[in-house]
Amino acid sequence: MMNQRKGLGKKKLLIEGVAIVAIALILAFVIPAVLPAFRLKLLGRFLGLAIVSLGIDLIWGYTGLLSLGHGIFFALGGYGLAMHLKLQLPSGELPEFFTLYGVDKLPWFWQPFSSFPFTIMAIILIPSLVAALLGYLVFRNRIKGVYFSILTQAALLVFFNFFNGQQKLINGTNGLKTSTEHIFGVMAGSDSAQWAFYEITIVCLILAYILCRWLTSGRFGRLLVAIRDDEMRLRFSGYNPTGYKVLVFAVSGAIAGVAGALYTVQTGIITPKFMEVAFSIEMVIWVAVGGRGTLVGAIVGTLLVRYARTILSEEFPEVWLFFQGGLFLLVVTVLPDGIVGWIRDKRWGKKRVITYPGLEEMVEPQMNADEYG
Amino acid sequence: MLELLIAIFNGISIGSVLLMAALGLAIVFGLMGVINLAHGELMMLGAYTTFVVQNVLKGWGDSWFEVYIFLALPAAFLVAALAGLILEKGVIRYLYGRPLETLLATWGVSLILRQFVRSVNGSIAMGIGVFCCLFFGGLFLLRRRRNWERIKKWAIPTIGSLSLAMAIFKILLLVNLGNKALTKPWFSARNVDVTAPVWLQGGLPLGDFQIPSARIFIIILTLLCLIGTYWFLHRSQWGLRIRAVTQNRTMSACLGVRTSQVDGLTFALGSGLAGIAGCAVTLLGSVGPNTGQNYIVDTFIVVVVGGVGNLLGTIVAAMGIGTLDYLIGSKTLVPMLVGVEPWESFFDFFGTTSMSKVIVFALIIAFLQIKPAGMFPQKGRTSEL
Repeated sequence: MMNQRKGLGKKKLLIEGVAIVAIALILAFVIPAVLPAFRLKLLGRFLGLAIVSLGIDLIWGYTGLLSLGHGIFFALGGYGLAMHLKLQLPSGELPEFFTLYGVDKLPWFWQPFSSFPFTIMAIILIPSLVAALLGYLVFRNRIKGVYFSILTQAALLVFFNFFNGQQKLINGTNGLKTSTEHIFGVMAGSDSAQWAFYEITIVCLILAYILCRWLTSGRFGRLLVAIRDDEMRLRFSGYNPTGYKVLVFAVSGAIAGVAGALYTVQTGIITPKFMEVAFSIEMVIWVAVGGRGTLVGAIVGTLLVRYARTILSEEFPEVWLFFQGGLFLLVVTVLPDGIVGWIRDKRWGKKRVITYPGLEEMVEPQMNADEYG
Repeated sequence: MLELLIAIFNGISIGSVLLMAALGLAIVFGLMGVINLAHGELMMLGAYTTFVVQNVLKGWGDSWFEVYIFLALPAAFLVAALAGLILEKGVIRYLYGRPLETLLATWGVSLILRQFVRSVNGSIAMGIGVFCCLFFGGLFLLRRRRNWERIKKWAIPTIGSLSLAMAIFKILLLVNLGNKALTKPWFSARNVDVTAPVWLQGGLPLGDFQIPSARIFIIILTLLCLIGTYWFLHRSQWGLRIRAVTQNRTMSACLGVRTSQVDGLTFALGSGLAGIAGCAVTLLGSVGPNTGQNYIVDTFIVVVVGGVGNLLGTIVAAMGIGTLDYLIGSKTLVPMLVGVEPWESFFDFFGTTSMSKVIVFALIIAFLQIKPAGMFPQKGRTSEL
């Protein structure tokens, strides 16, 4: 019996692997041949954003922590890579905006970014360290739920203000433009470089998917779900959730950092706007539309919402905000498990035992709470 | 020394706007555990109501114009309270016990409201009217059927989408007719200016400085709001119920308090306070669709620091954050620390309005390490916060 189930699990895993490879091959080789260059570029960006929503799904869908501050990690990754690109200059020269503000010496924190390996490390490590620090300070006091969301949002605003105000350090509001800079001797805005970035994005998306899949299955994954569903009970069973929460928040931050770097080079610029409050909440809605607690849902949701946004803002720019607002309301009230969750329930007809909200948040049943249910 | 006093005064006046906005939020948060991300937009509605009232009174003559603020305050309160009531009855009620989902839903409402004031015009207003007539009229008729309980599961979405489709069709039709009066936005996307009445434009001279009357007015208004809220919560029947439900919802329900009514009333009250705050904001500068966004995050932080279910905590937190923010941001402390080297350059570096937020946030995080449940946590035995 045990063996049989194990064999079944292996078979399922094999099918999943084959499906991933097939989709990856289609994305990497068929789509570029079919889509016009402009649409391809958009797809590349959206896939980059899908990486960050995988990270959000990890902490929100599985661990039940709603972070409204993922823009911080996203932008930190983006700034890391943009700084590296800005430093691809003959020795002794400074990026042009420095001379504009009368700075004649490279600030100390810019210096290590001229090395490519350091930059790659920084893109992953800096966001995860920031996330770990913030997470540790918040989680060790058992601050959670809405408090955590508000604090991450405030942190986001603080980072936004900091980056916006520092003209002399990182060019303030104007941000760093990457499309005219060179990477490995190729201009980052050129077609060949963009194609390379597209392919790298696909590889990173798959790596992030595998990482999240690995984290959410098995013992660690069950711990995460336990934190989401009933943290008190987990604590009474002898676990200390703080470490796990910090770890998963840091991983999520690192994933967001990578996504930010890839998105930046594909958009061609990074500005503090990446840390706006609205953008970070929008990331959450991608996951919610696709279906939280399902990794595929995060990716699908991102692509769907972003394409809807592109189409709607091209045709009727005014309608987009109405539509987005309606989407928030609709997903929360009618489709709490998102599209993928809905399909899963329809298809298999079984509702998995999941408890949003955690049991301790359940209050007395309201007479009219289910009136529209 | 005088400079410091002036700076503290300015800080307090900033803090009192924060306090007025946070007051409603804190009451609602204490009662329902819900953070309303649309709170800033309710402020914005209050500000726009003030704008409308002012323009109406302008037409009535100068003597009316001088006192427009006294008409605008109740109007702003009523409009925001009504919007809050609709929000509670229409959305939040169904998300009961799911605070994170409520957060997202209210963000959706905030997006809709922001775009709404940008693009509202005659045809959209008529479309909304058509929708309400069809939807609620349909509900009214269907409710009288005997098999209502059985059909309501599919009837409500059907009638809702049908009415929505009709309303959109109506809007498109009106837009295509090209009637200028119907398609011109009422307020455009640009900011609107509310001119303060003459008696609020001057200031009280104090040595070389001048204390703006508008700021004094705001402080007095905040005091009045505080007294009113305190009186309502602690001296009236409904206040007693609100406090009871805040302390223990299940027990209050068992004792016969109608918790859903209390929720609706409290939400309306909190929203109304936001409307008054919005009215006050118009005295400080021009207002636009994004006005609310400038205040919300600070307001939330005030609620988090102040703790739940305690007016005093909210007051101290709002004043503390407002004053600290202003003192650091305006570089008032720099001349006092000349020569005290690390601190002088430290306060000089952080001496802008945006950089001071960095310090304030760091202090708040440090504060939460000592008192994670806010300044005055609720007493009681609980393993939770």
